[in-house]
Amino acid sequence: MSWSWILLAAAACYLLKLAGLLVPARVLGRPSVARVTGAVPVALLAGLIATQTFVSDQRLLLDARVAGLAVAALALWRRAPFLVVVVAAAATTAGLRHLGVGA
Amino acid sequence: MVSCAGRLPGKEKARLVRDAAGVGLAVGAYGLSYGALAVAGGLTVAQTQFLSLVLYGGSAQLALVGTLAAGGGGLAASATAALLGVRGLFYGVSLRPVLGLRRAALLPAAHLLSDESAAMAIARRTPPERRAAYWVTGSVVFLCWNLATLAGALSGSLLADPEALGFDTASSAAFLALVAPRLRERDGRLVFAAAAVVATAVAPFAGSGLPVLAAGLTVLGLALLPPAEAGGAKRRTIPTRHGGAA
Repeated sequence: MSWSWILLAAAACYLLKLAGLLVPARVLGRPSVARVTGAVPVALLAGLIATQTFVSDQRLLLDARVAGLAVAALALWRRAPFLVVVVAAAATTAGLRHLGVGA
Repeated sequence: MVSCAGRLPGKEKARLVRDAAGVGLAVGAYGLSYGALAVAGGLTVAQTQFLSLVLYGGSAQLALVGTLAAGGGGLAASATAALLGVRGLFYGVSLRPVLGLRRAALLPAAHLLSDESAAMAIARRTPPERRAAYWVTGSVVFLCWNLATLAGALSGSLLADPEALGFDTASSAAFLALVAPRLRERDGRLVFAAAAVVATAVAPFAGSGLPVLAAGLTVLGLALLPPAEAGGAKRRTIPTRHGGAA
């Protein structure tokens, strides 16, 4: 891959972050606007989780990833520490794949 | 930046660093797989690492490498990465009132912006906690990500199959843990459910990047709903200046 595409992608991503931080404060002062923008990370993370868990090569697929995420959800509900949540989820998926279940 | 952390009680500071280290480890696992996948997909070690240092966006980098590996070519790969980078714009908008940045801090703050630093900052309750969470998590995650992607790129073929170790689920679990505090409120739950459904529904019809952006648009639905206080969910009223952000 040529360096020019890499530079372009890097510049685009950095400028997008910077642009977000530069939006004038008065636009965001209204509670209605703050309520919506404050929920944006929740929506984006939900989208990432859903696509990483249920989608594979643009196809819906239920496999070992779903079991791993379910274990993570259970651990979070039981208020387990962050690391336990992540390791338990990865271990579940890895274990199932190793056994050839939902691989 | 350090002075922000200085105003927090020691116990709170220790918890912050511990959480950040946990996120950093999870990100490290993700970074190892990115580094290995990038080199396998045709990037040089220098290019792989340049993206980690300068583009610095895990999902954008992985999408770039994934598109490249699928034979998408340079333009498609960069466009996909930029599309995932649009997320940064939204994060920036929601973080600006939380961080209260001075001019000099703007450039480094933009650079450290990631899913993880944004989520950790927004999950906290008070403005000093949020600022400290942003800078601590941002720095730790940046460091872990870069070390891990370098290790992954250098070991390359050694880590032939990161998925066998469940690395893909590790990152989903990390994202879920980051968003979990927000799921204790009605707005958070509604947005989370709607966004997950939208992303999954759009995914079969659109390439990587677009489903996540479509999910982001679901927040506009909140504008149509009455605020949670009116709906009776006032179990916990948090006196922040920016109502719905906590």
